Amino acid sequence: MRVGVVTFPGTLDDRDAARAVRAGGSEAIELWHGDADLKNVDAVILPGGFSYGDYLRCGAISRFAPVMTSIIEQANKGMPLLGICNGFQVLCESHLLPGALTRNSDLHFLCKDQVILIENTNTPWTSSFSKGQEILIPLKNGEGSFQCDDATLALLEGEGRIIARYVGENPNGSRNLIAGITNTRGNVVGLMPHPEHAIDTLTGPSADGLGFFTSILNAMVK
Amino acid sequence: MAKIVVDVMLKPEILDPQGNAVASALPRLGFTFATSVRQGKRFEIEVAGEPTPAQLAEVEKAAEVLLSNPVIENYVVRVEK
Repeated sequence: MRVGVVTFPGTLDDRDAARAVRAGGSEAIELWHGDADLKNVDAVILPGGFSYGDYLRCGAISRFAPVMTSIIEQANKGMPLLGICNGFQVLCESHLLPGALTRNSDLHFLCKDQVILIENTNTPWTSSFSKGQEILIPLKNGEGSFQCDDATLALLEGEGRIIARYVGENPNGSRNLIAGITNTRGNVVGLMPHPEHAIDTLTGPSADGLGFFTSILNAMVK
Repeated sequence: MAKIVVDVMLKPEILDPQGNAVASALPRLGFTFATSVRQGKRFEIEVAGEPTPAQLAEVEKAAEVLLSNPVIENYVVRVEK
């Protein structure tokens, strides 16, 4: 199982994402933003960070990187794709996922351990979890407030496409406490908090995040 | 040389925490005129000569695809004399 991890200029969490992929039992393949070659990977992760310095809007310039052209093409054919934090922003800017991520409602950059509730376990990234499971993973973002119009929100709710919600107080002003969503097909997932920073208790607040990376292996083995 | 200006603003229904922060800072400095502040972006694009209708159409397209995110923002394109 080959999982590509993309590095854009300004990406921070590619190393941790690759480490999490290996901990989940897959091979991590480095992908470079300027290279459209996906190196025969089975799935791709867009990790967190500040690609292109968050210039213009978060993820707005990364969307047009050569690697993204190939990723969008493959994702539309069903390739599993996970965007974490800045990766989630890139997925929204690419229109692979609906809505947009805007400035946290209180303007503060967040960096905390956050409990989220897993609601959809039918995606290739969440199948290791059980529905209704609460997990603890880090949340660190400046622009993590998920916004969309009422019709889109009703669609996401109605189709069960909200994969995870924040538990407790709304940390960033996201509509309906949305922490992560998926596309209609269920292969593309965007998540604001960081499972790749919570794969063992030595370096993270829990090992709960590992489930995203074991899920992808299960999805491919099936 | 002419200047094409693209103003990008968050849609009215989208929360603007930066604008709110500015609005709450104004009274602290004694400026009491504002009931609301919204913050946006302004792009100044220079082109050689008078902009042609074709160029303006291209700028409109660029504003739609790159300069704004139509999910959360509106834009206005105009030529500055």
